[in-house]
Amino acid sequence: MGDYPSRSENATAGDLGVTASRTRAAGSGVSPSSYDEPPIGGGGALPKKARFSMESGFRGLSVSAGAMVLVIIVAIAIFLISKAAPAIGKDTENFLTYKQWFPNEADPKFGIAALAFGTLLTSVIALIVAVPISLGIALFLSHYAPKRLATPLGFIIDLLAAVPSVVFGLWGRDVFQQPVADFSEWLNKYFSWIPIFGGDGPYGQSIMLGGLVLAIMVLPIVTSLSREVFQQTPGMNEEAALALGATKWEMVRTAVLPYGKPGVIASVMLGLGRALGETIALALTLGLVFNISFNLIEVGGNSVAANIATTFGEANETGRGALIASGLVLFAITLVVNMGARAIIYRRREFRDSAA
Amino acid sequence: MAKRIEASNVSSYYGNFKAIDSISMTVEPKTITALIGPSGCGKSTFLRSINRMHEVLPGARIEGRLTIDDQNIYDPDVDVTAVRRLIGMVFQRPNPFPTMSIYENVVAGLKLNGVKKKSVLDDAAEQSLKAANLWNEVKDRLNRPGAGLSGGQQQRLCIARTIAVEPQVVLMDEPCSALDPISTLAIEDLMFKLKDRFTIIIVTHNMQQAARVSDKTGFFSIDKTGDPGRLIEYDDTQKIFSNPSEKKTEDYITGRFG
Repeated sequence: MGDYPSRSENATAGDLGVTASRTRAAGSGVSPSSYDEPPIGGGGALPKKARFSMESGFRGLSVSAGAMVLVIIVAIAIFLISKAAPAIGKDTENFLTYKQWFPNEADPKFGIAALAFGTLLTSVIALIVAVPISLGIALFLSHYAPKRLATPLGFIIDLLAAVPSVVFGLWGRDVFQQPVADFSEWLNKYFSWIPIFGGDGPYGQSIMLGGLVLAIMVLPIVTSLSREVFQQTPGMNEEAALALGATKWEMVRTAVLPYGKPGVIASVMLGLGRALGETIALALTLGLVFNISFNLIEVGGNSVAANIATTFGEANETGRGALIASGLVLFAITLVVNMGARAIIYRRREFRDSAA
Repeated sequence: MAKRIEASNVSSYYGNFKAIDSISMTVEPKTITALIGPSGCGKSTFLRSINRMHEVLPGARIEGRLTIDDQNIYDPDVDVTAVRRLIGMVFQRPNPFPTMSIYENVVAGLKLNGVKKKSVLDDAAEQSLKAANLWNEVKDRLNRPGAGLSGGQQQRLCIARTIAVEPQVVLMDEPCSALDPISTLAIEDLMFKLKDRFTIIIVTHNMQQAARVSDKTGFFSIDKTGDPGRLIEYDDTQKIFSNPSEKKTEDYITGRFG
């Protein structure tokens, strides 16, 4: 019993000794005292600034990393334009308005109109379906569910984001197609007076099927990002709302939703990015018909990325150029969408920055 | 409009931890009551029990009886949002809604109560900001973000937001602890002015502040960490600071403890 304290005292003394000697060793490497000048505070000249240091090294590293982004974007743009321009030159129809795709003929005829339309329509449907559900799940997980339930459920949602898109595509084609076709028939029976549910079939590989499969793919991205921002709502703002006599839902509307708005917009844009660029899931679930129609339930629909995937194999040089041109259009669409989102977020920047 | 608050044997818990033990006190209408005491003695817990904000935290519950003009606010039939509208609260750190303008912040509570008419809202915003001594400083920039104001202005904005819904009682949880002396003085002046309309209960660590502003003072203390906080003495401020009946109060007031 008696020697425990003394042992621990020794241990402490030993530790201190090690620390002290380490400090001395480290200090002697960089401190000016190893030069002929006296140490700082000794009344001598100040030490010279190091010419090459970690500081300038990291600075160079981060500047070049930043520049790399610009270089990559410019390189992609140059690649797309240089391949696309000759093909568009050979196009005997108007590239922007023609709806068909025959770039491999002797006199190539192709246009982006139907593809761009299909891409946008499936993506918009996906967002219309996915965003309200995602926000509902995100709010449930962040503010309503007990912690024991919220943690595993959030994990499952994140897992959904990790499922490869080809799996979604195969599932959509083989499993989901029949229920959607049956639902389409029902919609057509009772709501055919609404043009988007009109037509006389056949149903199945339609814009609706593609849009719904996309919605499932977009859902985890929007959910998990929105949940993050909702969770970051300052507790004191939630309390302020409650103390004013807000119910839970009113508190969410007053404090949580406005605070999370920029983050939600960003998450929706990321989801839209995934929807616009989605390739294989749409190639498997759409009818791959070159057509501009708002009819959602009849077999049809096509998208830029799905068309590239399905026709690149048998394309000749002009055909490949034409496909690259379509890729350029997709690039432009996503750019415009992203800039639009930035503008929305920027508009109320003053409110966000002063909050930080 | 101001109402009497009566607590009898109020104990508050966080899960199994008893934070305050059997507090009984009566607060008369249109008075300022200061609650003082060392950190962790349950002043804020008691304050939050008065407008049922205590139960917002998971596992928090309360025993005993709390009435406002003889109505039990913990009656199972009572709408908790109505209690909080009746008993407003100003927090330690100024907490204006960051996404809202000055104007929107002030009328946020009214909008929650379903007031939509622009003229009513405009009127209430002006009246509340004037009552909070903030109108002259912000009247030209009502549409600017509320979070862009200085700390003291933000706290007065929060007071304006609280009184805009016309509560009967205003609870203040160390409202000046994040503010400089000049802003603190502005808030204290404001409290004297608001005393004509509201019953005010303020938690403060600043004993000079308690002595300056309050009519009555309650001294809370704990025996040791882990014990529940108790109300040691509750009397006229004059008496507490000049001739307290309890030794513990005297020790705390004179700085020998806490």
